[in-house]
Amino acid sequence: MKRSELLSRILIMLAIVGAVGTPLYVWSQTPLVHAQMSENGGWNPDILRVEVGKPLHLKLTSDDVMHGFAIGQMDVDAVDVEPGKVTQVTLTFDKPGIYTFYCTRWCGLNHWRMRGTIEVNGSNSEPQPASAPLYVSLNLDIDAPHDAPSVPNDQPSAIRGQGLATELPLDLSAEYYRSHSPYQAFIDLSNTSLTEAQRWDVVAYLWRSNTTKESLANGRQRYTQNCAACHGENGAGDGVFADDLKAAGDSSAQTMAGAQDMKMQTPANFSNPTRILGASPALLQGKILRGGMGTGMPMWGAIFAEEQIWDLIAYIYSFQFEYHK
Amino acid sequence: MAKIELTRGPFIKNALKSRYPQLAVFVIMLVGYIFAILAGLTGTPVGSRNFSIVFVWIAWWAILILVAVPFFGRGWCAVCPIPLPGEWLQRGSVLAPHDKRPKWLNLRVPKIFRNIWLQNISFLLLALFSSVLLTSPNITGIVLAVMLFGAIGLSTIFERRAFCRYLCPVGGFIGLYSQTAPIELRIKDKQVCATCEGKPCYNGSQAGYGCPWDVFPGGLTRNTYCGLCMECIRTCPHDNIAINLRPFSADLAKPSTRLDEAFKAFIMLGSAMIYAGVLLGPWGVLKDAAYNVGTNAWFIYAVIFLAIIFVILPGLFTLGILQTKSILPLKRRFASLATALIPIGLMFWVAFSLSFVLTNASYILAALSDPMGLGWNLFGTANAAWQPMLTSVLAPAQTLALVGGLIWSARTAQKAANEVKVSSIPVIVYCLIATLVMLWLLL
Repeated sequence: MKRSELLSRILIMLAIVGAVGTPLYVWSQTPLVHAQMSENGGWNPDILRVEVGKPLHLKLTSDDVMHGFAIGQMDVDAVDVEPGKVTQVTLTFDKPGIYTFYCTRWCGLNHWRMRGTIEVNGSNSEPQPASAPLYVSLNLDIDAPHDAPSVPNDQPSAIRGQGLATELPLDLSAEYYRSHSPYQAFIDLSNTSLTEAQRWDVVAYLWRSNTTKESLANGRQRYTQNCAACHGENGAGDGVFADDLKAAGDSSAQTMAGAQDMKMQTPANFSNPTRILGASPALLQGKILRGGMGTGMPMWGAIFAEEQIWDLIAYIYSFQFEYHK
Repeated sequence: MAKIELTRGPFIKNALKSRYPQLAVFVIMLVGYIFAILAGLTGTPVGSRNFSIVFVWIAWWAILILVAVPFFGRGWCAVCPIPLPGEWLQRGSVLAPHDKRPKWLNLRVPKIFRNIWLQNISFLLLALFSSVLLTSPNITGIVLAVMLFGAIGLSTIFERRAFCRYLCPVGGFIGLYSQTAPIELRIKDKQVCATCEGKPCYNGSQAGYGCPWDVFPGGLTRNTYCGLCMECIRTCPHDNIAINLRPFSADLAKPSTRLDEAFKAFIMLGSAMIYAGVLLGPWGVLKDAAYNVGTNAWFIYAVIFLAIIFVILPGLFTLGILQTKSILPLKRRFASLATALIPIGLMFWVAFSLSFVLTNASYILAALSDPMGLGWNLFGTANAAWQPMLTSVLAPAQTLALVGGLIWSARTAQKAANEVKVSSIPVIVYCLIATLVMLWLLL
């Protein structure tokens, strides 16, 4: 064989091996976290592992539409994950435990199910056992109907209630507020000389006393980002996905593995007094923490911190009560 | 305008006679091609950010249809990497001289396939799935790989470049439109070829390989099947092969009489119009139907697509021809007059391609900086925003291309009509109506 032929063959082989090997090598050395709509698989991988205190470098990319990335119960800003682009995030965890990462963009009907976990292991400190949430210690059945037997004719006003409350031996404590529904508080006021409308006003005052403007603002922000897509901007259960959820019915639920028996139904209407005035903050806490209830409601326990849930609950009641002029 | 022989200059001639410049380009192309396959298979499924989609369907397509085909004819085939591995395998060498003993089966392609019907079918197959192909990197990767390995497989069974000549979905229309290009490979003196012993340009010699395209250069009158591989320049012992600069559409003066080529003209004309409607038009239902391969809507779309190409367009054309009187058989008139559709077909593709290439060209910058979709930023352009280019000149350029194409086709129709001795008016009216429809679709 002539030298030129041999040299050409070697060069061509090198070029082909390089053309095949280099991209494959580089590709295998750069693990990406892929985001896809839940129907197409959600996060991949959806379980990440890291040691306490060690930085976790993530390269996130979306394979379809715009997604977002955030870690539940952690004070880290959400980042956008754009189609075909790579977003880099570095996270360091102080405590061991299982953290949930989730999508923060309304990417599709099952956006809420687009979650994954980060297992943070540490040999020095064991995960601290979580204390039972209030709805568990109160032994509430969050799946049971909780309609208020009667509701006010007009929207109760905390401003009017405040004027009426001065003479009353009211329990304004958080314990009372969290463990009672507005209707129960209304019944507790039945031994006073107030009219029904006035009693509802006092309940509104009692509820307002257990929140602050900041708390309501935080609750509103969280509600707008996470809840309004289904429950609607004004709490009426008419969010942008509500019609789709209804239309999708069982078929939407059945695209999700392990959710065969789930039934989609219209999202809860927070502007319906029968429903909300019969629910205690502890009950709502349970519903938000755990989700389910035979509906498509996701579980938020892994994502919202406890205070954030109380803020959210306070905001949900504001669909019923007039707190400020 | 007279022809200008480009190979008269020693620089061009030596560059073509030597194997190394072409080999260097081949190897670069092959590396790019393999990279496109891998990027398609492993990279992001987001088409607009994947190297395979952006470089094949935007960059390569733009160069092919806007530059290579109109100005260099089969210039792309001269550097296309697809046949190379198969050809090297077939010859058992990269550079070494011709070996008489065949390495593989070396069969002759059966006569029934020695036309461009298979290319018509392979193009239509890709065309029917084009909405998915053009947007899904993994499908593009698979199709590119199938073509590469298909070419290798055919090289081991058949002699010469069977894939290029008879199967390549792109090669068919490049050949058709290369007749309009101002470049040609021709012999200088017929007499020299007639007396040449052994015909090394076709049979090969120590200096090079016999025509890979199964063409005898001495008989070349059209560009259609000459792949500009330059082998005959290397093998001709009499220095009788030239690359000429010539007037545009010189080959169209002698219209083809072949039905496979006539239908290629209809396939290309119809596809350009359908693409303009589906990909650029405002009809969401059409886009959905074209995209959702396998659904009932897609089957209806496919049937309509094929009906337009094989029934409606040729049918109306035939009705037009029937208005003219001639002693020649209808088939002959049909095939010859269809030559007039070549210029408007090419210009339809130019106008259509201008639209989506200028709209999507900005993706090239991002894909260059991050070809694997791994978050790189090689040239600082990974986050270049999508922005349509030259929007103000798009519509005038498209109009110019379409109207120019119409005039060009009208001239071609007159020449073709002269050949078969019929009136050119029905064909010109046909081209006018097609151009008006295309103008409406694009503007």
